[in-house]
Amino acid sequence: MKKTALLKKIRDSQLFWPLVAWVLILIFNAIVEPGFFRLGIIEDPVYGKHLYGNLIDIFNNGAPLMLVAIGMTLVIATGGVDLSVGAVIAISAAMGAVLINPALGNQLITNDILTRNATNTPLPLIILADLAAGTLCGLWNGLLVSRARIQPMVATLILMVAGRGIAQLITNGQIMTIYYTPYFWFGNGYILGLPVSIYIVAVVLLLAWLLVRKTAIGLFIESVGINAKSTFYSGINEKNVKLLAYAFCGFCGAIAGLILSSYVHSADGNNNGLNYELDAILAVVMGGTLMTGGRFSMLASVIGAVVIWTFTVTVYSLGVPANALLAAKAVLVLLVILLYSDYSRRLMNRLFERRGSQHDTAH
Amino acid sequence: MNDAIDVVKMLGITKYFPGVIALEDVDFVLRKGEIHALVGENGAGKSTLIKVLTGVEQPDKGTIELDNKIVQVHSPQHSQELGISTVYQEVNLCTNISVAENIMLGREPRRFGSIRWQRMNELAQKAINRLSIDVDVTQPLGNYSVAIQQMVAITRALEVLSAKVLILDEPTSSLDIHETNLLFDVMRKLRNEGLGIIFITHFLDQVYQIADRITVLRNGKLVGTYEASSLPRVELVAKMLGRSLTELDAMSKVKSPEAEKKDRLPVVEAKGLGLARSLEPVDLELYAHEVLGIAGLLGSGRTEMARLIFGIDAPDNGSLLVEGKKVNKFSPLESLKRGIALCPEDRKAEGVVGDLTVRENIILALQARYGWFKFLSPQKQSEIADRYIQLLGIATPSPEQLVKNLSGGNQQKVILARWLATNPTVLILDEPTRGIDVGAKTEIQKLVMQLAEEGKSCVFISSELEEVMRVSDRVAVLRDRKKVAEYAGDVDEKTLIQAMAGEA
Repeated sequence: MKKTALLKKIRDSQLFWPLVAWVLILIFNAIVEPGFFRLGIIEDPVYGKHLYGNLIDIFNNGAPLMLVAIGMTLVIATGGVDLSVGAVIAISAAMGAVLINPALGNQLITNDILTRNATNTPLPLIILADLAAGTLCGLWNGLLVSRARIQPMVATLILMVAGRGIAQLITNGQIMTIYYTPYFWFGNGYILGLPVSIYIVAVVLLLAWLLVRKTAIGLFIESVGINAKSTFYSGINEKNVKLLAYAFCGFCGAIAGLILSSYVHSADGNNNGLNYELDAILAVVMGGTLMTGGRFSMLASVIGAVVIWTFTVTVYSLGVPANALLAAKAVLVLLVILLYSDYSRRLMNRLFERRGSQHDTAH
Repeated sequence: MNDAIDVVKMLGITKYFPGVIALEDVDFVLRKGEIHALVGENGAGKSTLIKVLTGVEQPDKGTIELDNKIVQVHSPQHSQELGISTVYQEVNLCTNISVAENIMLGREPRRFGSIRWQRMNELAQKAINRLSIDVDVTQPLGNYSVAIQQMVAITRALEVLSAKVLILDEPTSSLDIHETNLLFDVMRKLRNEGLGIIFITHFLDQVYQIADRITVLRNGKLVGTYEASSLPRVELVAKMLGRSLTELDAMSKVKSPEAEKKDRLPVVEAKGLGLARSLEPVDLELYAHEVLGIAGLLGSGRTEMARLIFGIDAPDNGSLLVEGKKVNKFSPLESLKRGIALCPEDRKAEGVVGDLTVRENIILALQARYGWFKFLSPQKQSEIADRYIQLLGIATPSPEQLVKNLSGGNQQKVILARWLATNPTVLILDEPTRGIDVGAKTEIQKLVMQLAEEGKSCVFISSELEEVMRVSDRVAVLRDRKKVAEYAGDVDEKTLIQAMAGEA
């Protein structure tokens, strides 16, 4: 009896289903691709000894998506959605690249100046400018949603389209290559053998958790997402709650843009963070946060992002060509939606419960 | 009227919803060429009856006859085919296409598959002319007022769907007096042409202005059908509230007036407080240690007044003084800080946050006052929740239960707890006992009286006069968005009903 109660508690946890999905993919890999889990240590000329392998890749490459998923969780929990995070990533990447290279304006710069391993702006300032730009984008979305009362999907669609244009304006329409090596650390560096980006995700997740769970903000976000009217009538400024969620989502997008541009050594207004908003929404949904808002778990969303990247790496390691990846992803989306439907949940609950009761009678 | 032909005859209609009987053995007969008003308070069963007639809901018992033939109305679509058309308060037409297109949609005259625009406009104009209103059918519908849009909807119902029965559901609630009269002219004209019209409204003035007969529902039961000319307004209100006048003559106010209040300062003072299209300017004083009852029917302005005092809506007229200070900022948060609390009328949509736990619901307003960063610790939250669960006797298996799983009465208590936790000086309760069982009802009434005794100022809004009189020290009466009377102490139910009905 006690055992089934514990099982039920585990099953009711928001982390349960995304973990199940992850384990399923890992089991699949263990069978099909025995080498999938192999970890090795490699000596890097710049960053020293570090681990390498598929699992490390999943976390390193997936870090930007995990960050965006953290921000997206809060927005979706208020009952909204942010379609502009991909564009925010591009803006943040463009800011970083431009501030490093002295290519502001149309002045003539020779190639050797451009390709120097030097920066035009101190690195901390670049990071600050990136984060400020992302947060500003988020604030803009938040103002449109909370003050102008535009539907979230429409409001953030504006920046989704305009943001890529802004990113191109910043880089003057060029794809900018970055040559300043300290900047590469965020996307390629290692601390104690593990990628820097993993630490960044962990720190952001921890800070976000402290922000929403150790203050009243988490409660207010959930309350707004469940019933905005009742929340407002209870004396909570629901507009500011929404504003904060969107601003934070923009902030997360900015960090993601920093890591992404650092990883690929360039800023491309058209392609940085392409389709990230959709992957992030998928990650949040996989994490069990309802699109209608309410209860949320940022950790579950991060696991959702891990599942998406594990799937991506799996597909690649199976030898599926890159241009078929989207089609393969569609299968994943379909599976997730079916797995999360009320029908299959009921089915599975019944399955679990029957087995549980049989277990009980056997004793 | 002896040769009156019944066009709709609904007999013994019964409809169950999970846990409630929405309609119980209700008869309703609509004659050809009459305007038949359907009245009753919230939850009386008006809308369920209409849903049964229009096929949205299937009755569990009873029959529907149309032109003396028994019919089964399967769906709204089917009811339209049978000649029953409904025009709702919010017109469901397309405002961006022309009036003619709206009227003829789906029935456009065609030649070789293409629409004959000229012919269509002619047909539409002819149909509109039948109502004797001045409309250019080639203009987009959005160019016209809501009243005209409603008439276009009526025209469509008559012409395209060739309706025999027209149901008008609260058609006048967003119309001004001039527009209302325009609509009434059209209704009279159609009645004289032999159409049967069902008119649902909560404006009693309008019922008497236009209806031939009145059917009163209450708590899902039929009270009766009456000729409008032979039913005095006071009696109508009494029937809606479920009292009989002869019975009332014998009763009088039990509660004795409290000590003299004149020398005390009011906690809240409204001076000419009003908002266009919502509430006519109202003067009102609330004192500590007393319960002010608000009596008024649905739509009388009782909820609107509560919203103004609590700051959900900002007034465009008059002023509100709280403890002598003029209020400039209107919002629930400001009211919360000033010590004003409101338990809203619509418990589900405006009160509880269903997917939060009982504990979280209880501490919500208090936490709102503390702000984002002064978070009540889990222990403190549990302490507060436990205290109020015990104090108000909230029946819940645990404070961690989701509020949506609680019964209506217990949800109401949770909202009460939410506000009591903020220790307010003024507590406004809008229909706190609606839809909850008798036991919980009395508990809440007792609680309100007890709170007043402890020094709070309570406002008790209810359409049940009996409980208003039981708990209140003073009673203010609202009618047609106006405050029409105020009684202190001795007042009997009959006087109140007369004031609510607008007859001396």
